[in-house]
Amino acid sequence: MNKLVRFFLIIAVSSAVILYAISSLNTSRGYSGGNTLTVYNWGDYIDEDLIKQFEKETGIKVIYETFDSNEAMMTKIEQGGTNYDIAVPSEYMIDKMRQEDLLIPLDHSKLPNLKNIDPRFMDLPFDPENKYSVPYFWGTVGIVYNPKMLHGKKITSWNDLWDPDLKNQILLIDGAREVMGMGLNSLGYSLNDTNRKHLLEAKAKLDRLTPNVKAIVGDEIKMLMANEEASIGLVWSGDASEIMYENENLDYVVPKEGSNLWFDNMVIPKTAKNIDAAHQFINFMLDPKVAAQNTDYVGYSTPNKQALRFLDKEVVKDERFYPSPELTKKLEVYENLGKRNLAAYNELFLQFKMHRK
Amino acid sequence: MENKLTRNLYKIPYLLWILLFVIVPIALVLYYSFFDIEGHVSLENYRKFFTPVYLQMTLSSFWYAFLITAISLIIAYPAALLLTKTKHKQLWLLLIIVPSWINLLLKAYAFIGIFGTYGMANSFLKVIGIGQRQILFTDFSFVFVSVYIFIPFMILPIFNSLNELNPTLIDAANDLGASKWTTFRRVIFPLTIDGVKSGCQVTFIPALSLFMLTRLIAGNRVITLGTAIEQHFLVTQDWGMGSTIAVFLIIIMVLIMLLTNTRKRGV
Repeated sequence: MNKLVRFFLIIAVSSAVILYAISSLNTSRGYSGGNTLTVYNWGDYIDEDLIKQFEKETGIKVIYETFDSNEAMMTKIEQGGTNYDIAVPSEYMIDKMRQEDLLIPLDHSKLPNLKNIDPRFMDLPFDPENKYSVPYFWGTVGIVYNPKMLHGKKITSWNDLWDPDLKNQILLIDGAREVMGMGLNSLGYSLNDTNRKHLLEAKAKLDRLTPNVKAIVGDEIKMLMANEEASIGLVWSGDASEIMYENENLDYVVPKEGSNLWFDNMVIPKTAKNIDAAHQFINFMLDPKVAAQNTDYVGYSTPNKQALRFLDKEVVKDERFYPSPELTKKLEVYENLGKRNLAAYNELFLQFKMHRK
Repeated sequence: MENKLTRNLYKIPYLLWILLFVIVPIALVLYYSFFDIEGHVSLENYRKFFTPVYLQMTLSSFWYAFLITAISLIIAYPAALLLTKTKHKQLWLLLIIVPSWINLLLKAYAFIGIFGTYGMANSFLKVIGIGQRQILFTDFSFVFVSVYIFIPFMILPIFNSLNELNPTLIDAANDLGASKWTTFRRVIFPLTIDGVKSGCQVTFIPALSLFMLTRLIAGNRVITLGTAIEQHFLVTQDWGMGSTIAVFLIIIMVLIMLLTNTRKRGV
C-alpha cells in the first residue's frame, strides 16, 4: 500500500515539475497572453527561418504545430481545444469547413500582398472571391517513374500504365479520388464525372490494370519509390519532388490527358484568438521574397507570381512542376461532389481493391 | 446491513465501466447502423451488406483469420510444450513476449524493409540460389507478419495451462503403459484444451478485423472487414455503413464465443 502511494506521489510530483518547466520556458521566450500566433500546418511545410523573421519584424511570438491529414486537422479545430489562428487545409476541405461554419472571412484590406498571387489561382470554385482562403502551394497528380528500371521506356499518358510489360510495377496512392480520377481521365472523362455509366466504365478499366498493380499504399509510397521497390507510382507532385530529392534517378510527368490540380490554402479558423496577427502572417507569407524563400525550402509550386522572379530559372521553367498553359487547361480541381457521389467513388474504389489478379 | 451497502458501493465502478464503455458504445454502433449516408433512417446499409462485395469481404476476412489462427496454433503448441520443459522457463517465455511491447506500426515498418526487393529476406534467397522474389505485398507476407504479431497471445494461455498440468498424471499414463503419443492425445491435450480455446479466441477475433497490416504489408491486396470499416469512417465518412459492418463483426464474435463455450459444458 505504501509503495503504491509512493508510486502515485512520484508521478504527481514529476508531472508538476514538468508543468512548471513548460510554463516558465514559455514565459522566458515571451509566449504570454495576447501576442502569440498559433499556426497549424502540415509537417515540414515551411522554412522555419521565416517564422523567426516574422517574429522579429512584428514582435509576435509564433507557436507552430503540425498535422498529417486534413481530416485530423478538421477534427481538432471542431473540438476547439487549442486556439489555432492559422490553418492550411487542402481545397476540398475548405468547402467542408465553410459548410460546417469553421472559417472566419478574410479582410482583404489587411492583405495588400494578395495582388502578388497569379490571377489564374484566384477566385476558384472551392472558394469564390477568396473569401476565406489564400493559396499557399499548389500542385498536380501525376506519375513518378524510374527510367532506369523501365529501360528507357517513356511515360507520357495514363494509358501507358496499361502496358502488359509493366506487370507488378505500379504503386498507387490509397485515395479513391486519385485512382478513380486516373481511370476517368484515361477514358477522356472529367475527374469530377458523376455519371454512373462512366464511373462503371472507369472501374472496369481499372480492373484491367490490376495485373500491373503491385500495391495500393499510403505515405509509404515515398519511401518505396525512392528505394526502387517499383518503377511507377501514382503520386501528388509534392510527394514526387520529395521522392526525386531522395533518388535522382526518378522523373515525374503529368499525363497529357489531364489530371488533378490541388491547392493547400491558408485560412483563419473559428478557433482564432488573434485575428489581426493572423492577417499579418498571411500578408507576410505573400511577400514575394518570403514566398520565394519558402518555395525554395519546401520544393512545391508557388502560386505567387511575383515570387517566381526570385526563384532559380531552372525551377520555374521546369514544366513538370510549373506545367505549360496548354496542359494547365486540362487540369481540374476536385469539386465537392456531395456525400452520395463520394460514397459511390469510394464503393467502386473498394471493389477495385478487392479485384484479384 | 453495512455489508450490503459497501457491496453496492463496490459495484458502482464496475457498473459505470460496463455502462460507459460496453453498453453505450455498442448501442451507438447499432444506432448509427440504421442511418444511410444522407442521414435518413433506413435499412439500406443492411441490404448493402448482403451484396457480393461485402459477403466476399467477409469470406476473405474469415479465411485469413482462420489461416493466421491455425498457423499460430501449429507453431505455438509445440513451442509452449518445449518452454515448460526448459530450465528457466519464465525467462524463455519473457523473450517471446518482449516483441509485443514494441509498437505494432514500428514492427510493420521493419517488415517493409526486411521483405522489400532489396531487403534481407531477398538477399538471403539470392545467396541460397532461389533468386529474388516478390515477398512484400503478397498473401504470404501478410499471413507471416500477422502470425508473428499474434503468436505471443497464443503461446501465453497454452503455456499457462501446460504449466498447471499436474505432472503426476503424465507419470501415471507412463506407468500404465501409454506411449508418448497416446499420453499426449489422451491426457495432455484434453487437459489443456481450455488454453488452446482462449488462445484461438484472442487470435481469431482481432485477426478478423485487422486493418493497418492490410495496407502496410499486403498493399491493399488483402481487404478485410476491418479495412472497410476504416475506410467508411475516415475517408467516406459513411458512419452508417461502417457501423453496420461493425454490427456484423460483433454478431460473428458473439457466435464464436458461444460456440466455443457450449462445447466446454458438454465435456
